Amino acid sequence: MQLTVWTYEAPPHVGAMRIAAAMEGVHYVLHAPQGDTYADLLFTMIERARKRPPVTYTTFQARDLGGDTAELFKTSVKEAYERFRPQALMVGASCTAELIQDDPGGLAQALGLPVPVVPLELPAYQRKENWGAAETFYRLVRTLAGPSVPPPGSKRTAREPGEHASTSAPRCNVLGPTSLGFRHRDDVHEITGLLHRLGIAVNVVAPLGASPADLARLGEADFNVVLYPEIAYQAAQWLERSFGQKSTKVVPIGTGATIDFVREVAALAGVDPAPVLDGVTSRAPWYARSVDSTYLTGKRVFVFGDATHAIAAARVAAEELGFEVVGLGTYSREFGRELRAAAAKYGVAPLITDDYLEVEETIAAAHPELVLGTQMERHTAKRLGVPCAVISAPVHVQDFPARYSPQMGFEGANVLFDTFVHPLMMGLEEHLLQMFREDFEFHADAAPSHLGSHAAPGARVEAPASAPAPEPVPANAAPATAALAIAAAGPVSPVPSADGGPVSAPPLRWAADAEKELHKIPFFVRGKARRNTERFAQDRGLSLITVETLYDAKAYFSR
Amino acid sequence: MNAIAPARPAAEIGCTDAPVLYERGQREVFCGLTGIVWLHRKIQDAFFLVVGSRTCAHLLQSAAGVMIFAEPRFATAIIEERDLAGLADANAELDRVVTRLIERRPDIRLLFLVGSCPSEVIKLDLHRAAQRLSETFAPKVRILSWSGSGIETTFTQGEDACLSALVPDMPAEAADAPPSLLVVGALAEVVEDQFLRLFAELGIDRVRFFPPRRSDDLPPVGPRTKLLLAQPFLAETARLLEKRGAARLPAPFPLGVEGTTGWIGAAAEAFGIDDARFDAVVAPRAERARAALARQREKLDGKSLFFFPDSQLEVPLARFAARELGMRLVEVGTPYLHRGHLAAELALLPAGTALSEGQDVEKQLDRARAARPDLTVCGLGLANPLEAEGLATKWSIELLFTPVHGFEQAADLAELFARPLVRRSRLKV
Repeated sequence: MQLTVWTYEAPPHVGAMRIAAAMEGVHYVLHAPQGDTYADLLFTMIERARKRPPVTYTTFQARDLGGDTAELFKTSVKEAYERFRPQALMVGASCTAELIQDDPGGLAQALGLPVPVVPLELPAYQRKENWGAAETFYRLVRTLAGPSVPPPGSKRTAREPGEHASTSAPRCNVLGPTSLGFRHRDDVHEITGLLHRLGIAVNVVAPLGASPADLARLGEADFNVVLYPEIAYQAAQWLERSFGQKSTKVVPIGTGATIDFVREVAALAGVDPAPVLDGVTSRAPWYARSVDSTYLTGKRVFVFGDATHAIAAARVAAEELGFEVVGLGTYSREFGRELRAAAAKYGVAPLITDDYLEVEETIAAAHPELVLGTQMERHTAKRLGVPCAVISAPVHVQDFPARYSPQMGFEGANVLFDTFVHPLMMGLEEHLLQMFREDFEFHADAAPSHLGSHAAPGARVEAPASAPAPEPVPANAAPATAALAIAAAGPVSPVPSADGGPVSAPPLRWAADAEKELHKIPFFVRGKARRNTERFAQDRGLSLITVETLYDAKAYFSR
Repeated sequence: MNAIAPARPAAEIGCTDAPVLYERGQREVFCGLTGIVWLHRKIQDAFFLVVGSRTCAHLLQSAAGVMIFAEPRFATAIIEERDLAGLADANAELDRVVTRLIERRPDIRLLFLVGSCPSEVIKLDLHRAAQRLSETFAPKVRILSWSGSGIETTFTQGEDACLSALVPDMPAEAADAPPSLLVVGALAEVVEDQFLRLFAELGIDRVRFFPPRRSDDLPPVGPRTKLLLAQPFLAETARLLEKRGAARLPAPFPLGVEGTTGWIGAAAEAFGIDDARFDAVVAPRAERARAALARQREKLDGKSLFFFPDSQLEVPLARFAARELGMRLVEVGTPYLHRGHLAAELALLPAGTALSEGQDVEKQLDRARAARPDLTVCGLGLANPLEAEGLATKWSIELLFTPVHGFEQAADLAELFARPLVRRSRLKV
């Protein structure tokens, strides 16, 4: 048993639902007890879907367990088919139904429905959401595209120019975007545009927006673009084995990765990348070089998320913003190898865990100036008083902005620049604050102007245990992940952490002159100087902090 | 009988004997684990440990927005493959997890082991586990168990199961104690305080609420206890309290002016409060509440209303909407219709109201689409899709999380129904 307060990933059948909800013309019959329908609200509330996910649940109860749950399942399948008339039917069990071993696949097959039935075996006590999504997508692709696989030994026939009425251009599939994906909607738009500018036609985007008929013609493409390996890697591997379709390895997040991606795609398609690479209009590289960005140099950043987004964000942070990566981790165990390789590049220990408390401890120990993480790290960072930007699922209602906001491609790189930089204090403003520190307007109690209304009275910038940089959370950052929390006004209030921070507190005194010296340090870094000095003193078993201790610590922590 | 309390209607009026459409299909409802979301705020020194699957953990965090808590007072012990395969002894694993939890949270005085669908199906005996662990951790921490599994409980039945688990621990009331009033069902503190003042003015001083705010403050119960249910979903709790001697006071539920008047009236009658005193205390409050309601009634009068089953509050809410707001009831669906506890409510419901129990969600959606009600009360999974079809909705969950009981909240309750309609009228694009 694993004690869990919060989990990054849902159970694997929710991954299957993400595939079903992304597609057209499929229906998923899920053998599941009453209550498992809660998962519908992830789609209708977090993603604001206009339709219910195409899922029928058997919602069995205790009284059914004494009777015939298998019969209940068959009835549900029949009724769902009659009502929704899908082109393909997915069937499976949630965690509880897995235990009663009714064999949904066999039962559904026995009904002899006139459409393909895809049985899904998603072991709920071993696997999680992304694995479930990947397995589901793979099973669907295999079932639906399988009939067009050329016989073993035969070579895939080269496509005749003009064979497809519309175009003789090279064609690719775009694989991986799903419902409840982190900005998948906008990434697809961005990357499809990029491919078109390269003269590459998109055969099928899947699973998002694809029908079973679309999956059946995946084999008609020349190669595959894998946007999210967590979802599409397994299916792409099978397509490569079955149709000889190569797939992309670069995930186009960040300017550098997008350029690499364009080159990789151009090579796979046999086209010239120059038309796109010569006309790059991305602002992010220039913004990073503008003098105002000097202050970003060497900012300590901790990165955590799904493997794809975390690895990409680390590269952007290091190579495109000049940050120093002081931590890199993921909850995607399936991609541990890739993450370890990336961590080695930055000389940090890889963190592979789905325990958010362990992530919190590691963040606290790394003393970052910026955290790039999931919504959970946003909360962790808030507690630690460190700015944070969200770069990865698990998704939150805020991760479906009304505006266009891709993570991928050249526009995605612009979005990332803003996303990573805005939580930090503006550079020029930081210089001015330093120049005018303790001026009547720039005193310790005056929050920086960019925080707007958050500069509320009482929001003291320097409190003994608080951070140098004021809380950067934007006004709309209410903790509304959970739909019910929106409704839970009134009686619910945050529970303060029992233990305010990682520092335990043996008796430690500041000498008067050291305390005075501390106050000469600009207020917005004073909290950090105090913490670092105290930590330094504690590590060395000192009980009195003198002016010398202060400067010893400063020298120790300076980089 | 008090002048302004509703006279108990004869059995043949209202919906007392009305036919009920009983459906067994897909139920779009939460399981009882969801009750933890409000119970852990109510009993403030209790911790709720669900013994279940990743699905249970994910339900709780999706339902509760766990991230808003630094250290929430609930968690899930996730059953893993090795527990099922017999590689690990599930009871030993549970002991390990509980020990770690209690070490980490020394502030906890009461730990609930909460059963789930998987723990029920593998027949993990949490009742025995709780007894065993209680011996280890007594007297510092008490450990009890209840089941919030979806195979046994629907949404608010989780509270029923939790309170039922507490009943055996309630102290016995002295045989010669003066009569006391026990109000049962989690209420917002502000509402409890309002009721306390009201009962005190009536002259009823010995009033206790169950569940209490602290687990070591369980109210006593015995033959001198008068039991007043504040929530309509507490069938088992009421049964166990009656077994311990408490006498249930039949009453409508304290939603709206009429319901609250009848509910207070039932207590007043049981405690022998005379009509003049009752009127002097209740009438001004009822009048104030009616005045506040009038503004909302203007917006809702004549509008049609459809309830999908959710919290078991549907029948009292429908009675309030029909009789005090002038709304037309298209269908009142409820997961479970407890005719005994709802007798006073059913009698007040307009005759001919379509009642349904259980659910077949697709068929019910067909009926809602055909009727195109002005307002549909439904769960979160259905609300946005119905809005996208042009139907105004009210999340049923909000009716449970917002203080709605009593005179002072009657207008707030009405406003919850009016808000979706007001919002629609404001939006011009």
